[in-house]
Amino acid sequence: MTPHPAAARPSWIRSALSVFRKDWQSELRTRYAVSALLMFVLTTIAIVLFALGTEGAPAHALAGMLWVVIFFSGMSGLARTFVTEEERGTAMTLQLTASPSAVYTGKLLFNLVLVYAVNAVAVLLFFFFIQGFEVRTASIFLVTLFLGSTGLAVMSTLIAAIIAKANTKGTLFPVLSFPLLLPLLLAVINATRLSAEGAFFTEALGEFQVLISYIGAVLTVSYLVFDYVWKD
Amino acid sequence: MIRVEGRGLRKVFNRRVIFRDVSFSLGEGEVLLVTGRNGSGKSTLVKIISHVLSPTAGTVEFALDGAPVKGMAARHLGLVSPYLQLYDEFTAAEHLRFAMTIRGLRPDPAGADEVLRRVGLHHRKEDAVRTYSSGMKQRLKFAFALLHRPPVLLLDEPMSNLDAEGVAMVRGVMEEQRGKGVLVVATNDLTDIERYDARVDLNGRER
Repeated sequence: MTPHPAAARPSWIRSALSVFRKDWQSELRTRYAVSALLMFVLTTIAIVLFALGTEGAPAHALAGMLWVVIFFSGMSGLARTFVTEEERGTAMTLQLTASPSAVYTGKLLFNLVLVYAVNAVAVLLFFFFIQGFEVRTASIFLVTLFLGSTGLAVMSTLIAAIIAKANTKGTLFPVLSFPLLLPLLLAVINATRLSAEGAFFTEALGEFQVLISYIGAVLTVSYLVFDYVWKD
Repeated sequence: MIRVEGRGLRKVFNRRVIFRDVSFSLGEGEVLLVTGRNGSGKSTLVKIISHVLSPTAGTVEFALDGAPVKGMAARHLGLVSPYLQLYDEFTAAEHLRFAMTIRGLRPDPAGADEVLRRVGLHHRKEDAVRTYSSGMKQRLKFAFALLHRPPVLLLDEPMSNLDAEGVAMVRGVMEEQRGKGVLVVATNDLTDIERYDARVDLNGRER
């Protein structure tokens, strides 16, 4: 048998990027997750807007509302990456061709890009529509948004893989996500409040440490358990 | 030189034994035929050999030149089966690029063209799979499984949805695989395959 010229050195990175590229191309053609996420962002911001009316709300309440918008929009679209594979029966094609860690990495990259893009839009819309929401320490806000979005994507990707095989995926995803995302949500809401109150950057370091530890812990657990979640 | 060894395989779903005590040993150039009635576990056994399903007991091991293959067997394996699905929104050409890169290999456009000609899909390679008939999808599954030239080829109901020309193409693929690696064919129709070296009959294996 003639060895295949391309079969010499398989690359794990190429495999992971291939999963990401496939998901991204598929999303550009179907726009399923982006549409769901953006519609949810618009709807929840409109509801917040109607609820507040012209009265406004204190900074800490608005900080919480921003993350309500981000959390629920994430719940509407971040599970798609695994759920569509199970629904269409293509999960086995991935299982057969790529290592579990490459699949998880590719899916995580896709969810990260999706979360960063949608959260950037959500924040811009929130600033535009919600009167009284102002950020006095931009550095705290930007770091919080980055770490919060990363944590949301990391945890959602693992939960999406777990619930994708269940019959009640739609309900299970937010129900399972909320308690697991609670430490992240508490830290990001606190840090966002600090940024609105004009605190010094150093005052938010405690929250950042919590967020970085959370991301590190969830990533470690994800790579340890994903083999078992993904197979069978 | 490739070897595939299955030892003491047993699979239980929800306390129901699908099969037990299944063993086989295949060397290069050998063909394993898996037969059994509907529900006897042919596809389950193929999935276990493919490493996408774990057996309840027993092992399946691949060895290349005497050294056991550790971790992913994907690089050494091609599978065609009714339950293996492709992506409707992608074209055949995109699938074949993906078939290489997801295995961590470099894209091989020349090889892709060659294998698409072989399965008779080259003229439709830029069309999305959603526009394909079931027979054309089956042909694309062959292209997806063959492009990286796997030493182990697993075919589950290989003639599904194929016309006479497609059946002839599959017979050619099976004959070629016999000369260069290991072939496993799971089927109910014994006319699908003329010669084989070992046979696992799953009828009565649940007891």
